[in-house]
Amino acid sequence: MRNTKYNKIADRHKAEENRTKNLLIAFVSGGIIGFLGELIIEVFCLWMKMSRSDASSVMILLFIFIASFLTALGVFDKLANKFRCGLLIPITGFAHSMTSSALDYKKEGLIYGIGSNMFKLAGNAIVYGVVSAWIFGLIRYFLGGVV
Amino acid sequence: MLLFNSFLFCGFICMISQMIIDNSKLTPGHVISLLVCMGAFLDTFNIYDYIIKVVGGGALLPITSFGHSLIHGAILKTHVAGFGGLFMGMFDMTAPGISAAIVFSFIFALIFKPKD
Repeated sequence: MRNTKYNKIADRHKAEENRTKNLLIAFVSGGIIGFLGELIIEVFCLWMKMSRSDASSVMILLFIFIASFLTALGVFDKLANKFRCGLLIPITGFAHSMTSSALDYKKEGLIYGIGSNMFKLAGNAIVYGVVSAWIFGLIRYFLGGVV
Repeated sequence: MLLFNSFLFCGFICMISQMIIDNSKLTPGHVISLLVCMGAFLDTFNIYDYIIKVVGGGALLPITSFGHSLIHGAILKTHVAGFGGLFMGMFDMTAPGISAAIVFSFIFALIFKPKD
């Protein structure tokens, strides 16, 4: 009885989120990030006469630099609130999580603050990436002669 | 054409993850781990390489490409070093991204003050 009443009140005060709008925003903002990435690669290839793989690395460095810088300025959090997954899923989200945790723990000192906590949020991507890549690589290694 | 494909692919990945976050109790951390595993899985039989060929830069930006480059470096190294290559080559291809992220975030953490 009390629970149902509580749930009713809680439901009324839950923030209304328009899911379709969220999806569209994520699609368009993520798409623009991808579009910019390809554009930067083609510009580097044309003007700087780089090979495509070099241009890709430089493009990723550029995105990481911009995301870290915007996070340090405090702009990225506002943008991420607005665009959500469009900014968090590309490599910008990885750079953002590292810079923000480094900044948050700065007050605990250089070694135990910044040094220990830098991977606090981004560590899951690395751990699960390495473990899954190792397992799938093992499968591929043993199937190597077959496939 | 690559530009249009990049827009579609990167937007599609972001839309899928937004859908997962909105309709379940998973947080962005869960979704990012899931996508990294997915990228590693897709590259086991070179599917992600094909996607990169078709899509271009848009496929390098989502976090799925992180899993792809981890396993791709490892598999390439096994051709040279055998089984141990799975350990040696793991970070070969993704090294620029991780080093840059560490260096930039350290420098910016030293210079800037945290905003609350």
